[in-house]
Parts: sequence; structure tokens; C-alpha cells
Amino acid sequence: MAEHPEAAPHTHEKREHWSGQTAFILAAIGSAVGLGNIWRFPGQAYEHGGGAFMIPYLVALVTAGVPILFLENAIGHRFRGSAPLAMKRVHRNAEGVGWLHVAICFVIGLYYTAIIAWAVSYFFFSFGQSYADDPAGFFTGEYLELGEAGTVSLSFVPQVLIPLAAVWVVTIVILALGIHRGVERLNIIGIPVLVATFLVIVVRALFLDGAADGVAALFTPDFEALTDPQVWIAAYGQIFFSLSLAYGIMITYASYRRRRSNITAPGMVVAFGNSSFELLAGIGVFATLGFLAHQQGTTVAGLDNLAGPFLSFVTFPAVIAEMPGGAFFGALFFGSLVLAGLTSLVSVLQVISAALQDKFGLHPRGGAVAVGLVSAVLSIIGFGTTTGLYLLDTVDQWSNQLGIVAGAITMIAAALWFGRRGHELERHLAAVSTMRPGRYWLWLVNAVALLLIYMFAEKAVSLVQDGYGGYPGWYLAVFGWGTAAFLLAVALLMPLLRWRRDIERFHAWPSREQLALPAEVGERHTEDYDPREGRT
Amino acid sequence: MNADALVLMLVSIVLIWGGLVASIAYVARRPENDHMPDGGEDTRVPD
Repeated sequence: MAEHPEAAPHTHEKREHWSGQTAFILAAIGSAVGLGNIWRFPGQAYEHGGGAFMIPYLVALVTAGVPILFLENAIGHRFRGSAPLAMKRVHRNAEGVGWLHVAICFVIGLYYTAIIAWAVSYFFFSFGQSYADDPAGFFTGEYLELGEAGTVSLSFVPQVLIPLAAVWVVTIVILALGIHRGVERLNIIGIPVLVATFLVIVVRALFLDGAADGVAALFTPDFEALTDPQVWIAAYGQIFFSLSLAYGIMITYASYRRRRSNITAPGMVVAFGNSSFELLAGIGVFATLGFLAHQQGTTVAGLDNLAGPFLSFVTFPAVIAEMPGGAFFGALFFGSLVLAGLTSLVSVLQVISAALQDKFGLHPRGGAVAVGLVSAVLSIIGFGTTTGLYLLDTVDQWSNQLGIVAGAITMIAAALWFGRRGHELERHLAAVSTMRPGRYWLWLVNAVALLLIYMFAEKAVSLVQDGYGGYPGWYLAVFGWGTAAFLLAVALLMPLLRWRRDIERFHAWPSREQLALPAEVGERHTEDYDPREGRT
Repeated sequence: MNADALVLMLVSIVLIWGGLVASIAYVARRPENDHMPDGGEDTRVPD
């Protein structure tokens, strides 16, 4: 079998694989379902028209979520590489787009770990209910020992630092075990446990006094909101961030699928699975908020902190304190935060590890340890101190709201506008999948790119003009715009380094000929050698 | 709970959870495309 390309040394066929389709689907859902599903979606829906929000939300899911998910899956599956490698194969000058994804994942991994560490602490606090008397004071005072906003402190907080270090150790071990034995096993066990746990939480919450009022507050429609463009942008933003699009995660995860794999139909399961969990979480969160309002003799509208970290670490502890059997409920809630967070964190770090493996020829274990150690040290310095919460808030704005949108726009531009791969990717999906992407797919991807350009510009202008969160200008310049500068620097500089692996010996399958496309001209090697067809 | 909220909740549940059930059923009934082009076999996973 000497003519078989897999037998040749240094080819890229020796890639790790998922054990099967179900394992991939669970891992992709595990990545998509994260903290944002629990604390971002319910608040977004509540603020943007309640039940009426579900209309733009569903439109966004079908017109943006699914098409971009297909695009990332197609890029990763056809070009079989980490984000930088796959993007380089999409267009020879697009490697930096992949590194932009990697840099975003690096930054997000640093602070996402901190939130999981808080949830680990709160899981244990639940048994003793140490947060019960004064949840807000406990979170910012006793637990985080929060310093002054807009300052940087190197005064470490042991009760944050220890779980943070522990989360890093667990994560590095999972990544080092590789795709099959680490990432896959975490999700095969973790996702069913997460869903079952959350079902218990939601059913329990629905039987609390005031639960119906809470759920009504979430779903009562304000149809006027549908005429407000900001509501539609919020819906597209929610779908986009929630599905973990444009982090390079789906490119990376799809590259571990076998070539002869169904891509689109499992993608639909991932997209609807993510939204299904989000809806479940919304019902659970608002039923619980209804109970809290009932206990405090007010309405849901009269409560504070209905979204973000404060929903989880201040509002929920207040509920748990007032609930019969609160310790058990609290442990389940914070346990599910840890699980939802961990399955997402691992996917984010896998993007970086995969990129380092491809670029520098590292073994999975080497890639995992390299990423893990550097990240762990930076994460502990930045977020294990008394000012970690402010840094998290600021870095999140720039990396998430600006960086990811830029990552999506550049990905679409490289694949469709400069690389002219649209029809190739469309036919690739149709050739390997049980469901065709459809004639509107490319049209939708292009339209989403225009919307994203608008969202990026709007956010950038707002951050320049108004700053963010009331932090001082120097602080935002260093940590906000500094984050943006870091992302840009990685995207521009990493492509200058040499690939330590032979990445040229690569043949996309199905070949362009099999997809009834004209052969490519130029230096690419896709078409000149395809022994599977017996023409060497 | 008011009727508007109830209707929107039920419609959302039917569409989103229904979409999940339908897509799982679709994949379960036909997990792979039987008419893929030739080639594309992968080698074993290295350890």
C-alpha cells in the first residue's frame, strides 16, 4: 500500500478521531452549552421583549446559527486541521484568521476558569450555606475580597486561588488524555449528567411558590419590541455567542471527525440541543426568580441582578437560603455550573492545543501541557487576586463582544470572499451529509457577515466613545484595548513562524473533481495526486 | 400565568424541543450518507 497517502511519512492523516458520531455530537453540545446558556439567555430574553424575543431568537437560530455552524464544520472537516491550519488551507494568507481564533480562546480560557473555580467553591459552600445571611456581601466581600475598581492588585485570595489551581490541573489532565480518552469521555459522562441535574432543578423550581409568576415574567410578550432593531441584534448576538461560533472550536472539533462523516444533520442536533438547554435553563431560572420575588413581597421586575455572574453568585444564593432543602438545590445548581463550564473550557483550550500541535509538531500531551501551564500561571496572576472580577469584566467585553465578531467576519471573508470556497464547501457538505445545506446557505452566510460587520462597528464605536463599566480610561486602554492589541498581534505574528510539520502533503476529499468543480490553479497540491482514484 | 405568556412558552417549547427531537430522529434514521464519493478512508488513530 505504498501509494496510499496515509502510509507516507508526515502526512496529516494521523489525526486523532472521535469514536463516533454520538461522541462528536455530545462534545459539540458540551462546548456550546456553557455558562452563557444559564445566565445570559434568560436575562437577554427578559430584557428584550420577553416571550416576543423568542421570535427573533428562532429566526436568528435558523438564519445565522445553523448556517455559520455548517460553515465552521465544513472548513474543519474538509481542510482537516486546527483553526490556523484549516484556514491556511482555505486561503494561503488566511492562517492569521485561525490564530485570531486561537488568541481569543487563550484569553477566554484565562477568565472562564476563574468562574468555574467560583462555582466549585460555591458547590462546597452550599452544604454549609455560608453565603446565606448576606449573599451580596459574601460574594464580593468575604469570598472575592474585592478591591477597588480600576486598580490592579497582586494580593492573592487563597479561597479563589486554590480552586482555580485545581480547575487548571483537572483541565490539563483531560486535555493531555487526548480527544478520545479525555475530551470525549468528559462529555459522554458530563452532558447527560448536566441535563439530568438541570431537569431536577427545573422541576423543583416549578413547584416553588411564585414560580408561575416568574415564568410568566419571562414569556409575557411585548410585541412592540419586535420593531426595535436592538432587539433583533440582541437575538443574533445571543445565538452567536451561545453556539460558540467563530472561536475556532467547531473547526477544530470537526477536524477530528472521520472523512466519511455526516456533517449537517448532526449540526442540527447541536444547534437545537444548545437552544433546548437554553430554554430549559430560562424556565428554571425564572421560576426560581419568581419564588424569590414572592418571598420578598415584590415582582420579578423589582429584583436586581437578573443576569451574569451576579445572577449565579448573588441572586441564586439568596434563593437557596430561603428554600426548603436549599443545600441540596444549591449543590445541584453550582455542580451544573461547573459541568457546563468545564465542557466548554476544554473545547476552548483544545483549539489552542490543536493549533500548537499542528504548528510545532507537538504530541497531544505536549500541546495540552504547554497551553495549560502558561494559561494557568497567567490566569492565577490575573484572576486569583482581589481585582480579578474587574479584569474579567473588562477582558470579556473586548475578547467576546469585539474579538469573536471579528473572528467570524474574517473567517467568512477568507472562505467565501477571498478564498472563493463557497461552492466547494457547499458541495462538500452535500456530498458527505444526509441533509443538503440548501441553496440559501451561502446567501445566508454572506448576509450574516454584513450584519456582523454592523455589530462590530457599533460595538467598537460605543467602546471608543463611552468606555465601559465606568472604569478609568487608562485601565480600559491597558486591559480592554490591550486585549484587542494582543489578539491582533497573535493573528499577525504567528503566521510568520515556520510550520514544523509537512502541511503541503494534503489532499482534500472529496476532490474538487469529485465535487464537479474545476481543478485549482497555482501552488496548491489538492488535485495533483489522488491515489485513491488510482491516478498517482 | 397569563394566556399570552402561556402560548409563547408552549410555542417555544414545541419549536425548540421539537426541533431537537426531530433532528435526533433524522440522524438516528439515517446516520450516514450511503452515497458518498469513493475514497476518504482514514487510518487508525495513533496512540
